[in-house]
Amino acid sequence: MAKRVAAGIMAVAVMSGVLAGCGSKTTTPSGGSTNAGGKVTIEYWQYSYTSKTDLMKQLITEFQDKNPDITVKTADFPYEQYNEKVAAAVSAGKGPDVINLYYGWLPKYVDSGFLQPLPEDAFPPATIEKEFFPLVKAAKMDGKYYVLPTAVRTLALLYNKDLFKAAGIAEPPKTWDELVATSKALTKRDASGKLEQVGFYFNAGGQGHNWFREVLVRQTGGQPLSADNKQVLWNSPQGLQAFQWWVDLQKVHKVGEIGFMTDDVTAFKAGKAAMDVDGSFRLGNLLDAKFDFASAPLPLGPNGQPYTMASFWANGLTKKATGAQKDASVKFMKFLTQPDVMERWTKAIGELPARPEVAAKFKDDPKLKGFIDGLAYANATFFTDETKDRDAITNAVDSVLVGGKDYKTALDEGQKSAQALFDDYWTKRK
Amino acid sequence: MTYSQRRTLGQTATYILLVLGAVLTVFPFLWMIATAFKPSTDIYSLALIPKAPTLANFAKLFDHAPFATWFMNSVVVAGLTTVSVAFFDSLVGYILAKVEFKGRNIIFFAILSSIMIPTEMLIIPWYVGATKVGITDTYLGIMFPGLMTAFGVFLMRQFMEAIPNDLLDAGRIDGLGEFGIWWRVAMPNVRPALAALGILTFLGSWNAFLWPVIAIDSPAMWTLPVGLSYFSYENFNQYELVMAGATMAVIPVLVIFAIFQKQIIKGITLTGIK
Amino acid sequence: MATVPQPVRGAPRPTRPGLTLAQKRTLWAWGALAVPLLFFLVVRILPTLVALNMSFRQWDMLSPDKPWVGMANYQKLFKDPVFVRSLTNTFLYVVVGVPVQLILGLGVALLIQRVNRFAGLFRTLYFIPYITSAVAVAWVWRWMLQEHGGIFNELLHLVGIAPQKFLGSPTQALYSIVAAIVWQGLGFQMVIFLAGLEAIPTMFYEAAQLDGASPWQVFRHITLPLLNPTIVFSAIIGTIRYLQVFTEVLSMSNQGQGGPLNSTKTLVLFIYQEAFKSSKYGYAAAATVVLFLIILVLTVVQNKLITRKYEY
Repeated sequence: MAKRVAAGIMAVAVMSGVLAGCGSKTTTPSGGSTNAGGKVTIEYWQYSYTSKTDLMKQLITEFQDKNPDITVKTADFPYEQYNEKVAAAVSAGKGPDVINLYYGWLPKYVDSGFLQPLPEDAFPPATIEKEFFPLVKAAKMDGKYYVLPTAVRTLALLYNKDLFKAAGIAEPPKTWDELVATSKALTKRDASGKLEQVGFYFNAGGQGHNWFREVLVRQTGGQPLSADNKQVLWNSPQGLQAFQWWVDLQKVHKVGEIGFMTDDVTAFKAGKAAMDVDGSFRLGNLLDAKFDFASAPLPLGPNGQPYTMASFWANGLTKKATGAQKDASVKFMKFLTQPDVMERWTKAIGELPARPEVAAKFKDDPKLKGFIDGLAYANATFFTDETKDRDAITNAVDSVLVGGKDYKTALDEGQKSAQALFDDYWTKRK
Repeated sequence: MTYSQRRTLGQTATYILLVLGAVLTVFPFLWMIATAFKPSTDIYSLALIPKAPTLANFAKLFDHAPFATWFMNSVVVAGLTTVSVAFFDSLVGYILAKVEFKGRNIIFFAILSSIMIPTEMLIIPWYVGATKVGITDTYLGIMFPGLMTAFGVFLMRQFMEAIPNDLLDAGRIDGLGEFGIWWRVAMPNVRPALAALGILTFLGSWNAFLWPVIAIDSPAMWTLPVGLSYFSYENFNQYELVMAGATMAVIPVLVIFAIFQKQIIKGITLTGIK
Repeated sequence: MATVPQPVRGAPRPTRPGLTLAQKRTLWAWGALAVPLLFFLVVRILPTLVALNMSFRQWDMLSPDKPWVGMANYQKLFKDPVFVRSLTNTFLYVVVGVPVQLILGLGVALLIQRVNRFAGLFRTLYFIPYITSAVAVAWVWRWMLQEHGGIFNELLHLVGIAPQKFLGSPTQALYSIVAAIVWQGLGFQMVIFLAGLEAIPTMFYEAAQLDGASPWQVFRHITLPLLNPTIVFSAIIGTIRYLQVFTEVLSMSNQGQGGPLNSTKTLVLFIYQEAFKSSKYGYAAAATVVLFLIILVLTVVQNKLITRKYEY
């Protein structure tokens, strides 16, 4: 461990030595420190947007009041540039004690030795598995938990109740077939064929690829990945069936179109998309929508089983946290995963609680209902390279829609590029 | 047709072309401003005049954000950068154009080659260096990569080259030192270019995003583009806020340009070349 | 190329107070260049060398280990179809964008120079796109290019042409983005050309007028040759600019992917995605070095070619 840190410091020193064109001075990592009075300062890095930052500020103040010997220093990074900022800071020898990160990046953060496993005495795996929704298993690597979420997200069907009422449709669709029929009834074109309202927002980017990979493929009885996470299986015959049904929403049924009004959120918010598959994190953006809307569980497929995709941002301990900092960081993380904090989080931000006991309190909220419902059966996808994994699927869809390829060729090509990502990842891990 | 008739016709045609082009050019900009005054649920409408104009977007900006602070930070950073670039780039451009010495071309190419690598690849080394000398999260830290630009050196070199040598020699005869010749003889001759460089540099710095977002840690130091980036989140931009922010950000630059663009024209009449 | 004045070479080494004029000037030049040179060395050239070094390594940006892998990144690069596609796309951006921007920019500058009144207003209007934030501009263009209800398709509809997909089409998307970039860069180009036009001494035009030259003759034989330095400059800067197209594609293509089907992806977007989305910094560095070499070669060639053409 000490060796690794020393090597890290050396690497940084050598690099910055080259950079400044002078001899090497040792860089000391900034951040956490302990002074004689037993006061500990820990550093926390988070990505931020307004409602989240505001709540975190309150929470940290409360935590510090309860633990007068601990000071939490935060650094906020914008969502889009999160990776850049972390990489730059880490290269420069800076680092937090506790970091907020997307679960899909976990393999990278663990493999590069940036994170340490959560101490088992403070967070016993058995307790985690008993008290949290099963989807947190995505935070487990090589049998150890590395991060824990305060809040999680699932996918559900958002639908515009006003548009449904106007068309005389009482209920959101419960099956694939109903989705197609309802979408058709809600799609509007003018005389020249210009699309004026989509019944369903068809989109391969956004959440579309997640819906396909994690939900549609399973609904036909397929599997997105092999059990050991090494093989990409979504081009199986079942996967192909799901893919064709999905792409046909635009290609055959013409109930939606990629790029209509630039993106699904804008179209839905403008009242020009009657339905959209989206995540619970979107609710915050829809607060000022001028129509009534609700969420429903994703429509069931051929096998009649419910599925949805889960994802989350979670907090983890970095290797930098040792001794008193580590103890303080553990306390901070315990505080952030308490049931009452989760409840406040859901109320303030709209993300879902990670504990069933808290989630139960929101079961009747019409906006949250569809999302909460999914928590019990949600799966979190294992990503080796989230962006490229998405691109593999969006390219497959584009290949059919504008690239002139047939479903099977397009899907196989997509699988091939996704498989390459997994092969690359597992080879490096040995 | 008499000469003056032809001239009038030519002028009229010129105006017509210019007006047509200007309409095409300005439309998207007007639409951006219109969107800034629309409620978030109306942003899809093509209307240039909002149905229900609102100041809510601007209010939200000021509410959630120390907009005035960001504004000031941007002014300081862009202002100082512009002064530095105008001074150093024209000095280097002058030397590379008008002083002959061995290695001049190598220096020019070395400097020019420095714009050939995209910023995206430089931010990590910059950050490591800035941390080492302790200037991250300071104005200097935000500004340093742009204090001199190869673009400006190149631009000024091109324009300095066009100054007749006789003019410089005349200055020498008048007893000016080398520095004096550059400052008092060469510089007034390149005012149009200097004004152009000033405007372009100010703008570049005003809109710079990638490096500032990495270099700044505390919200008190955010520049406008960095602050505005906090309004987009997970596959979704709050476009009405982005538009309101962009509208606010564009006003000072527009004012500066309206003032400086006269320099591009005026410059010539003040100089020695006629 | 550097023609050192002859007397310096022939003259005996003088003692300091007796420096020749040329020696004094050289000394002054180096003195004045010291700070800028140090700046470019530390801020630009050394970090470039860091990138060069990284291009031979494998680094995920978080791990302290950066193992040396030799040419592996480069070999992988040329087998990567996405990289090759980005490379050819990037050339398209340059080949289409640079000439269009230069011609339109020169056109606007010449027109503005001809008018007696409102020149200042026109300069400001044409410059407006350049000062507008790229993100805002990209969004407005995405709306104008919408297949359903976008203003371009509404106009096409008026003349009876079927709606086009524009940004949604693998064959049209790149040109749609080029249009937006040219639109935004026009003001910049205009300013540069106006500065260049203003630097042409008016006596040349007066002389031509006395000789009864036609406007075309004036343009062909006076404006164009005397504007040559500005054209060379614009072509080189424009090429470098278009070789580094990034923000516009990031904000105009769906999800910033450079799609559909990688048809708009540029080298810099490729570099950005590899470095910051996939954390393959070494691989991205190798692509950067390739881009650097391309720009270097093109700049040298352009500098030689265009400069020679108009010697008069």
